[in-house]
Amino acid sequence: MNSDLRSPLNRARGLGSAKSGVHHFWVQRLTALALIPLVIWFAISLVTMSGADYGMVRTWIGSPVAMVLLILTIVIGLHHGQLGLQVVIEDYVHNDGAKLALIVAVKFIAVLFGLAAVVAIMRIGFGG
Amino acid sequence: MSVANRPVHRPLSPHLQVYRPQLTSMLSILHRATGIALSVGVLYLAVWVMCASAGPETYAKFQGFNSSIVGRFVLGGWLFCMFFHLFNGIRHLFWDAGYGFEIKDAYRSGWLVVVASLVVTAISWIVGLRLI
Repeated sequence: MNSDLRSPLNRARGLGSAKSGVHHFWVQRLTALALIPLVIWFAISLVTMSGADYGMVRTWIGSPVAMVLLILTIVIGLHHGQLGLQVVIEDYVHNDGAKLALIVAVKFIAVLFGLAAVVAIMRIGFGG
Repeated sequence: MSVANRPVHRPLSPHLQVYRPQLTSMLSILHRATGIALSVGVLYLAVWVMCASAGPETYAKFQGFNSSIVGRFVLGGWLFCMFFHLFNGIRHLFWDAGYGFEIKDAYRSGWLVVVASLVVTAISWIVGLRLI
């Protein structure tokens, strides 16, 4: 006899009590892995660019390689950050309403700043 | 109130404050703290490209803050948070893959992360400040 209280179908799906399985965990690791080379590239750029004036910075942001890598760094960074903040909020905020409100606010802010940054980078790159 | 819903006043299990600080737990806490700081840091990054796209006056204001004393310390703090979170994050990925769980290894990788993040932060901060 099956000693597990879960049904075979439930076990095969492997989604657990949160109904999303290991998706959150996996995406957090995937974004972490992607950020390793991106962050190293960005740190080197940031330090070598710190004396640059307005025109130099715009030329750099608008160059094809920097444009793509900057968008990736900011968007994946925001995604990784909002996943991490969600865990922190779930750990320390015990009031259900406040917890939900904070998680939703974090996700909204991430999407807002992500889209605004992408639009700004593209405006610079495409000369808007 | 039913018996089941009555709040229980049992003693809590030993919590963080009763333990002597160890390197491993301190780095774990620092990983979270730097992660929270970097979540704000990435918003700052987004503001940077928005200022660059907005025009020279807006960008001059942004750069004015960056080259101020406070701005220079923000840059240093930002670099430390990023390098610490990067190196300790790689340590976490090794754990996720199942390596480095022996206590000796956890301490060795921990000290490696501390030294590497301090050295790389110092070098990049000094280079960055010279260029501002």
